[in-house]
Amino acid sequence: MKKNLWLSPIILILIPLLVFLISLVMGRYPKPLFMPISVLINDELAQRLVFSLRLPRLLSAMCLGMALSAAGGVMQMLFRNPLIEPGFLGVTQGAGFGAALSIIFLGSSPLLVETSATFFAVAGLLFSYFIARRIRFGGWVLRLILAGIAVSAFFSAGLGVLKYLADPTSQLPEITFWLLGGLWSVTWRDLFYILPVVVIGLVIIYLMRWRLNLLSLGDETAASLGVSVKTERTLLLGVSVAITAVVVSVAGIVGWIGLIIPHIARRLVGANSANFIPVSIAIGGAFAILCDDIARTLSAGEIPLGIITSLLGAIIFLALMISPGVRLKQ
Amino acid sequence: MSQPILSISNLEFSYEPDQKNVLNAISFEIQPGTITAILGPNGAGKTTLIHLLLGLRKPLSGSILLKDKSIGHYSRKELSQWIGLVPQSEYVPFEYSVLEYVLLGRAPYLGPLDLPSEADVEIARQALLQVGIEHLEKRPIPELSGGELQLVLIARALAQQPKVLLLDEPTSHLDLSNRNITLQILNQLRSTGVTVLFTTHDPEAASLVANNLVLMRQGRVMHTGTLETTFTSQKLSETYGTHIDVIQVDGLPVVRSLEKLQ
Repeated sequence: MKKNLWLSPIILILIPLLVFLISLVMGRYPKPLFMPISVLINDELAQRLVFSLRLPRLLSAMCLGMALSAAGGVMQMLFRNPLIEPGFLGVTQGAGFGAALSIIFLGSSPLLVETSATFFAVAGLLFSYFIARRIRFGGWVLRLILAGIAVSAFFSAGLGVLKYLADPTSQLPEITFWLLGGLWSVTWRDLFYILPVVVIGLVIIYLMRWRLNLLSLGDETAASLGVSVKTERTLLLGVSVAITAVVVSVAGIVGWIGLIIPHIARRLVGANSANFIPVSIAIGGAFAILCDDIARTLSAGEIPLGIITSLLGAIIFLALMISPGVRLKQ
Repeated sequence: MSQPILSISNLEFSYEPDQKNVLNAISFEIQPGTITAILGPNGAGKTTLIHLLLGLRKPLSGSILLKDKSIGHYSRKELSQWIGLVPQSEYVPFEYSVLEYVLLGRAPYLGPLDLPSEADVEIARQALLQVGIEHLEKRPIPELSGGELQLVLIARALAQQPKVLLLDEPTSHLDLSNRNITLQILNQLRSTGVTVLFTTHDPEAASLVANNLVLMRQGRVMHTGTLETTFTSQKLSETYGTHIDVIQVDGLPVVRSLEKLQ
């Protein structure tokens, strides 16, 4: 088979690494855009800024992008539907609800907000799963999608109530800001909270990347090819939801990465998940760092990350759809 | 007669415990290296039977022996090395190339973390060659015609190197030329020792290649036997619930159903 340049391991590692290193010296200190290397060597404040604030933040952005694009790619395959995004099983809305609940009733320390967001993200998934088991019609995929829609609507209604109850001068802006997503408050502690889950999850997804193709076939066909459909699907679904839930709980709702990046990866190297999953992970990491660069550098204040990813994501998505040679799949 | 490769006895099945059975007292045997057609009208339970033979659903009672072991005693992976499936149709949501798709047929021989090797790619290419579509190797699946997709599905099952090949309505949505290509491939497979079992509602497709017939109606086996003894006007009419004539054209049995429409 023809070797594709994109699939060379050097490119896959080099692109996120390059973006990462450039971003490390990018910011608004001492002046906007790039920090000269001499400043980094001589200025103690610059060192503290780079190593205690910027470094964990960039690593978290990378985890966020990699996790969402890997989970998005996996879920699109498992649900045999290219329009699925990783938070749709009640995970995203659950996290939003949990965060708002904590901000109003428990306090807005990052640890509390993150724990509550993770808790409700996982609760969202479990609700979706058990409701899906009780739905009496349709195949497994349809049942889970329907249950996910219902649970998401339920949490989004709950979130609406919480926003209505929130103190409009202090709590409401905080909730809104959280919902728009961002990594401004990330510390080493947050990184260590998400890192083990994300690393283990990505390794499992990476190792099973060819197998994933089989799960995108019909159940009967997959089983006739020797796949233990239920076990393998549950494992990959669980892993994808876990990495999505932890990164969302730290970063808030960062849209579009999990939907768009797998599509871009498929455009570059084709539908075979053995190829597109690694590309998706690499581009996802680089894309999230880049978006976060814009979020923290473009203005003196912080632009919520979710706004940048949605805006850039939508532009790239449209460019992809409009550009010649791209066919819409049935 | 040699030992049957598949023996099915007294199979009963229903989708819900309180519903009436979809399959009733199904019994027949399949000899190795033969082509058997499971023939019957729509809704006779043919596809359900295929799913039971693959171990996808468990019968209420009765047994399915592959060689001399119940299929329930094979692991999923072992079973997939024995029996390959060509499904009736397959919705492919992503743009796999034909070769990538056929390569999925190697899964029974790979561990959960393995990638297919060069040897697997070679076997997949052989399978494409065997059904005569090696020139389509790089084409995306969604661009294929119905006939080409059918051949791709067969190639994937061949890459599985099964000893028994099950095909669910392999000719039902093909034109005559593609139907004959498909049947020709089944004939070739038999000559290489593969046991073929296919469902169809088209008596002609069955009569062209099958050695043996299993006639099914409403979840029951009406008749089984060789083509010569089973492909008769009386037995087919009983199975389809409408008058069917069997006439000989150039030494081949051909069916004609000319009941007046209301």
